[in-house]
Amino acid sequence: MLRAASSFRLISRKGVASAASARTSGVPVDQREGKEIYTTVGIDYNEPKFDKILIANRGEIACRVIKTARAMGIKTVAVHSDVDSNSLHVRLADEAVCVGEAPTAKSYLRADRILEAVKQTGAQAVHPGYGFLSENTHFAAQLEQAGAKFIGPNSKAILDMGDKIHSKKIATAAKVNMIPGFDGEIADEDMCVKISNEIGYPVMIKASAGGGGKGMRTAWNDKQAREGYRLSKQEAASSFGDDRMLVEKFIDNPRHIEMQVLCDKHGNGIWLNERECSIQRRNQKVIEEAPSSFVPPEMRKRMGDQAVQLAKAVGYDSAGTVEFLVDSKRNFYFLEMNTRLQVEHPITECITGIDIVQQMLRVSYGHKLPITQEQVPLNGWAFESRVYAEDPYKGFGLPSVGRLSRYVEPRHVDGVRCDSGIREGSEISIYYDPLICKLVTHGDNREQALNRMSEALDNYVIRGVTHNIPLLRDIVQEERFRSGNITTKYLQEVYPEGFQGATLTSSEQDTVIAFASALNARKLARANQFLNQQKHKSTHVDSLHKTYKFVSSLPAKEGAKPVENTVEVTFVNGNPNEANVTVNGKAISIKGNTNLALPTNNLEVDGEHVVTQIVAKRAGEITVLYKGTPFKVSVLPEQAVEYLQYMKEKAKVDLSTVILSPMPGAIKNVNVKVGDMVSEGQELVVMEAMKMQNSLHAGKTGKVKTVNVKVGSTVDEGEVLVELE
Amino acid sequence: MLSRSIRQLAARPAIFRGVLHPTRATSSIAHTIKVAKKIDETREKALLGGGQKRIDAQHNRGKLTARERVDLLLDKNTFREYDMFAEHTCNDFGMQKEKYAGDSVVTGRGQINGRTVFVFSQDFTVFGGSLSSIHAKKIVKIMREAMLVGAPVIGLNDSGGARIQEGVESLAGYADIFQENVLASGVVPQISLIMGPCAGGAVYSPALTDFTFMVRDTSYLFITGPDVVKAVTNEEVTQEELGGAKTHTVTSGVASGAFDNDVDALMSIRELFNYLPLSNQDASPIRAAEDPWDREVPSLDTVVPLESTAAYNMKDVIHALVDEGDFFEIQPDYAKNLVVGFARMNGRTVGVVGNNPKFAAGCLDINSSVKGARFVRFCDAFNIPLITLVDVPGFLPGTSQEYGGIIRHGAKLLYAFAEATVPKITIITRKAFGGAYDVMASKHLRGDINYAWPTAEVAVMGAKGAVSILFRKDAKNAAKHEEDYTELFSNPFPAAVRGFVDDIIVPSETRKKVCEDLNMLESKQLKNPWKKHGNIPL
Repeated sequence: MLRAASSFRLISRKGVASAASARTSGVPVDQREGKEIYTTVGIDYNEPKFDKILIANRGEIACRVIKTARAMGIKTVAVHSDVDSNSLHVRLADEAVCVGEAPTAKSYLRADRILEAVKQTGAQAVHPGYGFLSENTHFAAQLEQAGAKFIGPNSKAILDMGDKIHSKKIATAAKVNMIPGFDGEIADEDMCVKISNEIGYPVMIKASAGGGGKGMRTAWNDKQAREGYRLSKQEAASSFGDDRMLVEKFIDNPRHIEMQVLCDKHGNGIWLNERECSIQRRNQKVIEEAPSSFVPPEMRKRMGDQAVQLAKAVGYDSAGTVEFLVDSKRNFYFLEMNTRLQVEHPITECITGIDIVQQMLRVSYGHKLPITQEQVPLNGWAFESRVYAEDPYKGFGLPSVGRLSRYVEPRHVDGVRCDSGIREGSEISIYYDPLICKLVTHGDNREQALNRMSEALDNYVIRGVTHNIPLLRDIVQEERFRSGNITTKYLQEVYPEGFQGATLTSSEQDTVIAFASALNARKLARANQFLNQQKHKSTHVDSLHKTYKFVSSLPAKEGAKPVENTVEVTFVNGNPNEANVTVNGKAISIKGNTNLALPTNNLEVDGEHVVTQIVAKRAGEITVLYKGTPFKVSVLPEQAVEYLQYMKEKAKVDLSTVILSPMPGAIKNVNVKVGDMVSEGQELVVMEAMKMQNSLHAGKTGKVKTVNVKVGSTVDEGEVLVELE
Repeated sequence: MLSRSIRQLAARPAIFRGVLHPTRATSSIAHTIKVAKKIDETREKALLGGGQKRIDAQHNRGKLTARERVDLLLDKNTFREYDMFAEHTCNDFGMQKEKYAGDSVVTGRGQINGRTVFVFSQDFTVFGGSLSSIHAKKIVKIMREAMLVGAPVIGLNDSGGARIQEGVESLAGYADIFQENVLASGVVPQISLIMGPCAGGAVYSPALTDFTFMVRDTSYLFITGPDVVKAVTNEEVTQEELGGAKTHTVTSGVASGAFDNDVDALMSIRELFNYLPLSNQDASPIRAAEDPWDREVPSLDTVVPLESTAAYNMKDVIHALVDEGDFFEIQPDYAKNLVVGFARMNGRTVGVVGNNPKFAAGCLDINSSVKGARFVRFCDAFNIPLITLVDVPGFLPGTSQEYGGIIRHGAKLLYAFAEATVPKITIITRKAFGGAYDVMASKHLRGDINYAWPTAEVAVMGAKGAVSILFRKDAKNAAKHEEDYTELFSNPFPAAVRGFVDDIIVPSETRKKVCEDLNMLESKQLKNPWKKHGNIPL
């Protein structure tokens, strides 16, 4: 039923339709999206391959795998939860099987149902993507029993590398550089504190089975060690079903650099250059680049060789990543090996021209690697920005949810690749990772790739969901980042108070004020243009030929008064696409389509290319997006400003007595009851959202007045959880 | 201090500005010059209203003066004032010694974005804006002229109530205004903006107009104030609780909306004004449009959740559908299960009515029926096409609704849709159940174009309810029967095969289709049988 409907719709999708017709006509063509990316190894259509594979994942990675599979002429089966029935990966696949309800534990983590789907559809192999079952050896073994292949490394390699304690032993034996630490399981909080003191703070407490920043915390003292141990252990139990914990030295000023390796079942292994993933928050990556600006060729070779050495030591036979921490003296230490396709694999693909998914499919089938180490190129530079549905102003990113009411990817910008699993109208829900898109840009050199990233971010239209583009855009133009001087502490160091939004130079401020005013003038001019209201027309003034005078101001910092700017706007020859603006007497010319209905406006401001977006407009106020950050510009007629001085400030509600839910999620723990005395900073409620635990603390000392939630209840953003007297 | 803009107003050419030497002039010349001088002086005084002290007091309350409000509401230099020299006629209580040019209201006409509007603005600085006989006459005068030429009236209310010193004269004045409000109703749009107190009999003028907006924290509307309430019922209540903006926008539904302050309110009213035709003789305005009429709206394809009982926000549909997502919502905080407001489609003003499943499942109840009926009748009176978005599970059952008279209130919405002769385009997005299906601008109520989305379910009731009646004696097989019923009725076909919907359309193409239909329906000619007036179940 469902398939009939969705495959009908597929016909209208560009690219996919031609792939489908190409297949039916028997002349397969390399239809991988952004084909020019994969220049090193093409598809050999005569090579034997799987007929049909199942992708045991969702979202962008499922779409990513499906695209390559389709290009190779392999049929695809998607699995999905009920709420995902209409999602992009389901529509892209040839077949789809619903494997359960929305929570991942009831669908995407249900190995039994996925196995059932494999049998039912006759898929010969399963690509697990990342996360979910990608490192579940039990699942891999069950697949083998069922006669289907697991597209990934063999179970032994996963087991060896997946367990952080065990992997260290193997790595040490394989002569890979190691970090000082305690190689054993930490039994309890006391032991955690003891070992931490032995190693010396700061230490990293992490789940043995962990990854992706989950079940991981740094501690700088005994108190944090205890809390970190407890929370991480809980998180590990719920995320991985394995709560064994580790402690190791936390390296100061480290850079996170990882090496992509590719191995086959014939003992061959190559490395595909490094990726630098130092820009992180809460141990989750934000921006990655390949190669690293910190790695000279000689070091690259040493890292690569060690990585391949390790891979060979465990009999690795797929794509994998060996993560290193690099200190300021360019010493690198083994961190862990990820035995799966990494989120950030596209940047490696860009600089090597190798489709890693294609190679995974090939080596899994049993083919040899098509190239040797010497044949691996390093072409240009690539960046990946992880565009997340999250609020960057809260701890560099607190998950948010919502519906993408307007969504346009900047695919028209040169050198841009967008890996996403959503489209306009998609819902970002509390059940899954809040990743919207992996925005990748590739250029001849670092600067070009970075400039393209700025341009792409400026052209990216996302409405309906709070997202982190303001932060990404600010990093991309930040001096330290541009010079390549980064560490994993970059965000804390560059934004010690947390991200507060972009700071504009005074000339940038003038630019923002000028185009907001020009847009408002256009809006006012249009308000006069009726096509059928001819009554009392005698006093009608041509609204495009008059001078608009405004007092415009950018929002002020808290407590400060906004700076008022006198602005005049005229349209050159009555052409609304050409405005002459003066801001406090300074002339600024704005050319380009300022159509108020367009999602993006590509303008020329004094001859310079500027991309803006109109986010919202209401009487006397235009919100424009500039360099990633929305600015609510007040554009008022002179007398309105004069009158505003008499208007009273609205009283703000005191929020220190209420504990609000910062995001939608489920309540994990309620530590207080009505009547309890709590002290400021005390943990009151622990909530879980997007698989992260957040403890919510009392804003002041007081008595608990009401507790509105209990363990297990789901809450919306902004809901009052606990009230103090 | 006079505001800069008001000073500019005052800077009009004075009739006489010279220096007079009486010895060289004849007495007749002296007289002429004296008169000219008096005219100038009176104008100056009129501009000051109740004087600088009272103006300062008005400002200190966070309110603008009557003239500042007019200045901000209208296009620059377009205000033409009437009756600036009018004075009250009361001779009791020493009133003859205290007269102000223009008395306690500023009246006149001007333009908003180049279109004519008549406006009165009560002046709180003169006798607390209280309504004298001349005050009422000034208002009635501009209302009559507005009707004569076909232009809307905007009233800016800020008045302590009746001019007690004038006694019954003041009451007569109120009645004259009420009468004029009623005559103007349906002839020209009338908008009231409450910008200060409005109590007692005074409340009925705004109540008779089409829209009543309030300013938060500085405006109140009530029949009797807290003191009288306390005296009569012993109930203690603050002004804000009794008749503040929150009360009337959320609880009573008396107000169409509220704004944060005077400036915000006046600038927003200018935006609302642009959606409205000037009179019932004018077509729905078409403003230059930049949003492509044939824009595909992919987000509409997924706006209705897969789970047929899951909620979604009908405003998401509206914002995606209309020009630039601009939607001027009326009564946004009252009876949220029905959304009403103005938007544009390819530049043309339309009235949008939509059940909102996000609140109370989008059902029709007493409040939403009344809210919808009033809006639909406004649109019909002023030639504004209606776009109706239907996702309604039915009328809300229960004693509170029945005791409250859901039958007669629900009938209002039914009456309004059935009576409307403007172009009516209806889109059933999901549920259209029972009598509520009929009510929501169905084909049977002379809907011009009725569409269904693929997710539409047109039926007498939901599967569960239907099965519990049809198979009362076979409860153990209920699940099976429900499945059968769903298969049979929970889709657009039963309505489509009977022609009750004209087409089943892809949601992303809705905008394109509706824009085409509106063009086609521009020449729609439909008249109801002649009558003095219908008898809507009030």
